[in-house]
Amino acid sequence: MKHEWPLWEIFIRGQHGLSHRHVGSLHAPDAEMAMKNARDVYTRRNEGVSIWVVEARHIAASSPSEKGPMFEPSESKIYRHPTFYDIPDEVGHM
Amino acid sequence: MYAQMIKSEASNEDPALLEAFQARIDAGEKIEPRDWMPEGYRKTLIRQIGQHAHSEVVGQLPEGNWITRAPTLERKAILLAKVQDEAGHGLYLYSAAETLGVSRDELIELLHEGRMKYSSIFNYPTLNWADIGAVGWLVDGAAIVNQVALQRTSYGPYSRAMVRICKEESFHARQGYDAIRAMAFGTPEQKRQAQDALNRLWFPALMMFGPSDAESVHSEQSMAWKIKVKSNDELRQQFVDQTIPQIEYLGLDLPDPGIRWNEESGHYDFSEPDWPEFFNVIKGNGPCNVDRMKDRVSAWEDGAWVREGLMAHAQKKAARKVAAE
Repeated sequence: MKHEWPLWEIFIRGQHGLSHRHVGSLHAPDAEMAMKNARDVYTRRNEGVSIWVVEARHIAASSPSEKGPMFEPSESKIYRHPTFYDIPDEVGHM
Repeated sequence: MYAQMIKSEASNEDPALLEAFQARIDAGEKIEPRDWMPEGYRKTLIRQIGQHAHSEVVGQLPEGNWITRAPTLERKAILLAKVQDEAGHGLYLYSAAETLGVSRDELIELLHEGRMKYSSIFNYPTLNWADIGAVGWLVDGAAIVNQVALQRTSYGPYSRAMVRICKEESFHARQGYDAIRAMAFGTPEQKRQAQDALNRLWFPALMMFGPSDAESVHSEQSMAWKIKVKSNDELRQQFVDQTIPQIEYLGLDLPDPGIRWNEESGHYDFSEPDWPEFFNVIKGNGPCNVDRMKDRVSAWEDGAWVREGLMAHAQKKAARKVAAE
């Protein structure tokens, strides 16, 4: 396709949200237009207070087929979870 | 609604992969863009989501027809906001289709070449203001019935687009009902127009659910893959059951003499739409098919220099920024 506008991924931080969340994507010639269109499409009903736009080609993603080697190692590391520690009853809630 | 006449394709792939895929579907897992999927599944979804997106875009035309002629400023603002929402729905759906490895411009080209369809309903004209109310009420009402079911479709990005769209679509149905209610309870002439709109749009709205299950030979595969979660006839029945009390409330005559409550089944019986008319409309011979495509294609072609200009400007700005660093 000739002159197809690049794809942008859109992240929005909601009214009371702590972090930006991915809400969708859109095509735009540049970041400025991507920002304007994201405002019109994704925040029409006060959905957010901050927008990030990132051109999709700049995003590197993990692959579902690497899910095993990627995430399984953490399963055996129970000492990372606070439930691992025994707190004597006498001590009370901690 | 946009599922009408989607032919799902069979697959002749590695049986082990197919089996693992089917097991994921049966377990109710969502399929995500980078997961393995049968080619037939991918193609069926590209067509269904693509045609759904096209429908949102072409669907702006019949309603847009009345923007400059809306009878009050309030109704006009509502209609403008609604048509804006439809553009946004098109955008979400094209994005969902693109996760399957096709580009938006490719899909638009296929539409313009007549190789992809859009919903049959948008080939009917909007002849009076009441049609705008009826479109919101009946057409968006039918779309919601279909799309609420599609929230559970097996492809993750499609399912998520449906969740977002349904929220806005239910506004539209309420706004439409409010507009037609004002007319049904208005002057005799307004009531006559409301009745006329209902009579003309009833059967086209029923057709939005696609051919009857007996005719729809390809939906079996789509059901097995959980792309579709309810059959065309089930969804159509659900729409009829929920809409008839709404018609009765308006005090309008039922648009079909065949409608009666069936005590035994617990549903309304109704007449089948004119299926030869339906097949004729989706073949391109409905009242507005030629005009709709002419408008879409000329907007695309006449806008080419604007799209290219914006791209050239973006490239120039980027180059200037690099040079300055």
